[in-house]
Amino acid sequence: MNPYMTYPAKIKKIEKHTDIDYTFYIEKIFDVREGQFFQVSIPKHGEAPISISTFDDETIELTIRRVGIVTDEIFNKTVGDYIYLRGPYGNYFDVEKYFGRDLVIISGGTGLAPVKGVVKYFAENRDKVNSIKLISGFKSSKDILFRDDFKDWEDKIDCILTIDREEEDWDGHVGFVTDYAKNLDTSNLDNLRVIMVGPPPMMKFTGIELNKIGIEDENITVSFERKMSCGIGKCGHCRIDETYVCLEGPIFDYKQGKKLID
Amino acid sequence: MGYKMGLKEFDKIFEILSQDYEIYGPKTIEKAGRFSDTNNIRYEKISSIEELEYKEKSLFSPKDVLFPVNETMFNIEGEKLKEIEEEDKKYLIFLRSCDLNAIDRLDNMFLKNGNIEDNYYKKKRQNTKFILMECIESYLNCFCVSMNTNKADNYSMGIKLANDEIYLEIKDKEFDDLFKGCEKENYTVKFIEENQHKVEVPNIEDIKLELFNDEMWEAYDRCIGCGRCNFSCPTCTCFTTTDIYYDENKTKGERRRTWASCHVDGFSDMAGGHSFRQNTGSRMRYKVMHKIYNYKKRFGENMCVGCGRCDDRCPEYISYAKCINLVTEKTREEA
Ligand code: SF4
Ligand code: SF4
Ligand code: FES
Repeated sequence: MNPYMTYPAKIKKIEKHTDIDYTFYIEKIFDVREGQFFQVSIPKHGEAPISISTFDDETIELTIRRVGIVTDEIFNKTVGDYIYLRGPYGNYFDVEKYFGRDLVIISGGTGLAPVKGVVKYFAENRDKVNSIKLISGFKSSKDILFRDDFKDWEDKIDCILTIDREEEDWDGHVGFVTDYAKNLDTSNLDNLRVIMVGPPPMMKFTGIELNKIGIEDENITVSFERKMSCGIGKCGHCRIDETYVCLEGPIFDYKQGKKLID
Repeated sequence: MGYKMGLKEFDKIFEILSQDYEIYGPKTIEKAGRFSDTNNIRYEKISSIEELEYKEKSLFSPKDVLFPVNETMFNIEGEKLKEIEEEDKKYLIFLRSCDLNAIDRLDNMFLKNGNIEDNYYKKKRQNTKFILMECIESYLNCFCVSMNTNKADNYSMGIKLANDEIYLEIKDKEFDDLFKGCEKENYTVKFIEENQHKVEVPNIEDIKLELFNDEMWEAYDRCIGCGRCNFSCPTCTCFTTTDIYYDENKTKGERRRTWASCHVDGFSDMAGGHSFRQNTGSRMRYKVMHKIYNYKKRFGENMCVGCGRCDDRCPEYISYAKCINLVTEKTREEA
C-alpha cells in the first residue's frame, strides 16, 4: 500500500466568502471527524494540508484560502471537476468532551474553518451543552467567512462576530477577540471549557487573557497549524520538539500545547 | 568465518556479487571537494574493491542509497498518479559502524513513526545487506564512542584492507559458498575504542524547558543556513514533496521528494505567510535538541551517531559536538 496515493473527490458546489476564501463542497469519499485534515492536491502542482470544516453523510466542506501554487490551481476548478485527497489525518475534536459544559469557542480569521464542525454540531444539538458562545474575529468585514452560517447560528448560539477596526457600514462588534475573552462570564468556572483556533500570536494572547480570568490550561483546547508535507510522520516539517503535529495533533490540550517550543 | 585474500582475488567474488546486487560504497570524486583542489567522497555504485574509498571518512553518508536526494514518488499523466514500476533490486552497502547504527535511526522514522511505513524506503531497505568497514583509525571530529555507535553487529560481512589484502568476516550464511576454498584467517572486525573527541550527552531528565530559550543559542546566529550539516548527516530524514511538469501543455509530470534541511530558510514556512525559527541560532537549537533529546524521548535512543560530518562540513566552523557539551554543562549549572 502506498500511503502517499491520492484519491479523486468530485466538487459538488463552490461557495465564495471573499476573493481569496472559498468553500469547496466535495463528495465524501472518506470517513472524517471534526478538526482533521487532508493532504489536498492537484497533480503536477503539488499538495497542501487543508482542514475539514464540516461534513454530513455525503459531503465534506473544505474552506480554502488562495495563498500559493496548489491553492491557485484548486481555485481554477469548477463544479464537476475533481480535487485529489489523501487522509484524513490527525486527531479530532471530541464533541462528547463538551456535553453538559459551558463551551466557548474563540477563533481568529480562517481559524474558524477547522472548528466549524464543532460549532455546527452544537448548533444542531444545542441541548447537549449547558451553554455555548462563539467569539469569532476577522481583520475586516471583507474577510468574514461563513456569513450565511452565522445567520443560522445566531438564533441558536451566543455569537460575537467582531472585526478588528471600526468601519463605516458596520454596526456589529469591533475589537480583538482577546477583548471579548477578557470579559467572559466566569461565574461557573469549573464547568467552562474553551476551544481556541487562530494564528499563533492570537492564540498566545488569548491564552494569556483566559489564564488571567482563571481558566486553566487543561480546560483549553487548541488546534495548531504547521507546515506539512507528508501528513504521516515522515517528512519532519511539522515536528515541534518530540511531537509531530500531523500525528499527535493538530488538536492539543493547551497544557501540552503551550509547552511545545517551535 | 574469517578469510584473507588479495584484492584481485576478491574482485572475482565482487563480480559474482554484482550479478545479484547493486553494490554501493564511498568513492573519491577528484576535485569535487569543498575547497578547490580537494576531493569529495560520496556514495556511488562501485564495480570493484579498488573503487572503494577505504582509508578516508566519506563526506556524505550512505543514506542516499535508501533515501535518495531526489526521488520520484509518482509519475503523473493528466491528473492521474501512476505508481513507479521498478524491478526489485538487491543492495549491498559498504559502511562504517556509525553509519550502520544510523540505519536504525532511519528505520525508526521511515518504518515505525506513526505506525506507518514509507513504501519507498521499505522497498529498498528490505533488500539491503551491509558490509562493515573496520575503522583503522578514528577520524577528524569522530565521537562514536561517546554515542555508543562505535560497535555494530547487524552486518553480513566485515572487512579490513591492509597491505593490498582484504580480511573478511562472513556473518551471513548466504555468502558462505562464495568463499569455499579461500584461505582461512582468524579475522573479526575490531572496533574503535577511543576517539580524540569526547562528547558528553545530557541526561534527558536534566533538560528544562528554559534551556530552549537560553541565550547560548544566540551565538549560533552566525550560522548561514546552508544546510550542509543536515545534508551530510546520516540520520537526517526530512524531505519536501513537490510536483513538476515536463511539457508546455502540462500533461505529464511527476511528484517527487527532495531532502529538506531545518537550517535552510523556508523549512517551516506555511502557505499564507507564517513561519517559525527566523534566527539561525534557533534552528541550531531545533537540530541539536532533536539529535540528543527529542528523538530520544520518542524512540529511546539518541538520534546522533557521532560521525562528526556536520563539523567536517560547516563553512562557519560551527561545532555541533561542542554545542552538545555546552548543553550538558548548562544542565549541570541549572541543577
Ligand atoms: S565515528 Fe567512529 S565508526 Fe564512524 S568513521 Fe569515525 S571512528 Fe569510524
Ligand atoms: S550549522 Fe554550519 S553547516 Fe549547518 S546550516 Fe549552519 S552554517 Fe551551514
Ligand atoms: S507533516 Fe510530515 S511529519 Fe508531519
